[in-house]
Amino acid sequence: MPTLQDYQEIVGPEVIDEMKVVAARVGSRSLQNINSTPVGGGVAEILTRFIPLLRELGIDATWDVIKGNQAFFNVTKAFHNALHGKQEEISEEMLEVFRETTEANLREMNLTGDVILVHDPQPAGLIAKKKEIGRQWIWRCHIDISSPDRRVWNFLRPWVEQYDASIFSMPDFAQELSIPQYLVAPSIDPLSDKNKELEQGYIDSVLEKYHLDPGRPIVTQISRFDRLKDPLGVIAAYRMVRRRHDCQLVLAGGGATDDPEGAEVLREVQQAAADDPDIRVLELPPFSDLEINALVRGSTVIMQKSIKEGFGLTVSEALWKRKPVIGGAVGGIRIQVINGVTGYLVHSPEGAANRLSRLLGDRALRKAMGENGYLHVKQNFLLTRHVKDYMLLMIALDHTQEDIVHLD
Amino acid sequence: MSSNEPFVFYTERRLVALTGTKAKNLRELTESLRTVPGSCVFYHTHHQYVSHHFERPVFYNDFATWVSEALQERRLGEELAAIDLLSFTSVRQLREAILAVLERYLAGKQGPPRECPPGEEFHFARSQSFIMRTGVVAGSLEDFVDKLSHVSNLSLFYHFFEARLRLERPTNDFSQWLADQGHERLAKAIDRLDPYAMTLDELRDEIVRLTRNYARG
Repeated sequence: MPTLQDYQEIVGPEVIDEMKVVAARVGSRSLQNINSTPVGGGVAEILTRFIPLLRELGIDATWDVIKGNQAFFNVTKAFHNALHGKQEEISEEMLEVFRETTEANLREMNLTGDVILVHDPQPAGLIAKKKEIGRQWIWRCHIDISSPDRRVWNFLRPWVEQYDASIFSMPDFAQELSIPQYLVAPSIDPLSDKNKELEQGYIDSVLEKYHLDPGRPIVTQISRFDRLKDPLGVIAAYRMVRRRHDCQLVLAGGGATDDPEGAEVLREVQQAAADDPDIRVLELPPFSDLEINALVRGSTVIMQKSIKEGFGLTVSEALWKRKPVIGGAVGGIRIQVINGVTGYLVHSPEGAANRLSRLLGDRALRKAMGENGYLHVKQNFLLTRHVKDYMLLMIALDHTQEDIVHLD
Repeated sequence: MSSNEPFVFYTERRLVALTGTKAKNLRELTESLRTVPGSCVFYHTHHQYVSHHFERPVFYNDFATWVSEALQERRLGEELAAIDLLSFTSVRQLREAILAVLERYLAGKQGPPRECPPGEEFHFARSQSFIMRTGVVAGSLEDFVDKLSHVSNLSLFYHFFEARLRLERPTNDFSQWLADQGHERLAKAIDRLDPYAMTLDELRDEIVRLTRNYARG
């Protein structure tokens, strides 16, 4: 597992020093993280890296996972979709399954932290223990709840409002709540397989594997085969650009195997691409992070032409590799792509085509935007900043009503 | 008056707190702006200075940006951007000045208010600053300029922006200390700088340059 020293080589000593300064102010308070899965998914991925870093900074950080059966996880999957604004049938029976699992976990779970950081809705009901044991509790919402299904949100809300504070990833996700809400943007890990530096030889081998010509421009979108990511719009933009610029298009993603709608979108994309040998539609298996990394590094321009998006960390992953990004002007893409600075924000395939032509025709512009994008991610969207924000939050719990807190 | 107190460099770390208050048109923006905490006004007029050091945004204040982009009210956007932040010594005055521009514009407007596209509402946030010592202390003018060259941008932001506007000190901390040391001419020259017209790196370079010139006599 990477150490602070490994991160220091990437972010510089001043960032690590700053983390140490904040860690010293946290003092002896311990931090217990609780989520619903030990592996797979973004939260587990983040916690796997967070815990050792926090410990190295001298903070007693632990991580526990709630227990639940398949019925419970079916319910929380439906909750997740409903909070995202998708239509879901939520029955009284499902709410009961959620309550029962919460009760079982309340009986079994050892709640030891001075600060208890609960991630996402699945373990949110553990707050019931606060009356008995006290402690400081934070609810971290990793999902997009800008337009949640009211039934599910109203079910969860009485629990959420018992916490001392909540954390959301975007200003748009804020709710009218009686407790403080903090904004902590998600982050990427510069040392993960998806983001770490790669040997040119490996990048070349991946391009070769997928029959891509490194001598010609490559335009890539990495995302699930999902209508909200508008893969057909990307193909439309590419076709408009192809009249003037030679280039290849890669649409790479997973998630089509266990998702009927994904499989249908994949078919549509394959059909739309069938007559063009320069379009590669790649259905990548899970654990393809190194190959995705290589595909992005081997690309000329990255697209993320979403129609709706939570945060869209694929954008930061591309910017970190010094690639200009053309993104849909939605969700978190709008704070990662600074229009005209780290890439372009677009509203249509035509807009995407126009910006893509401009970028493909101007190497100096690509280079300048790539550098800006790298700096933007370095300052705002790396794991080190995320860890520092969590530590500040531990301090903030004692000062939620103050605007300026003097620590010395 | 002169004192021998050294200059103690502080720095800050910030968290952004969300209020849950949002606006989709000018009337809602104006109404909320009257009641949100002062720290919201400070956040939306200042966070751009510390967000990215590599690029100057078109407008530094979020109100101007939102009005121009989400509402397409370009003229009003320019008027809001032109508010001279340096002429205020409290967030209260600053809030009143922004409200005055909005109210004047609304008074001259006919018809229903223009609404932003869904998903582009203005979300009020506030900043919470945690102030701590850096451990860096300067005893003399030479020492000061030397140390200033190496402190973080956040330290500079604290002593120049937060101290004046949020802590309502009459001038920035550097000018205050320099005046106390008897360097009034230099203190005034630094006080006259317009920090809103430059990036933090440029501001630092300018203070260093003025101080070195002054020290040379």
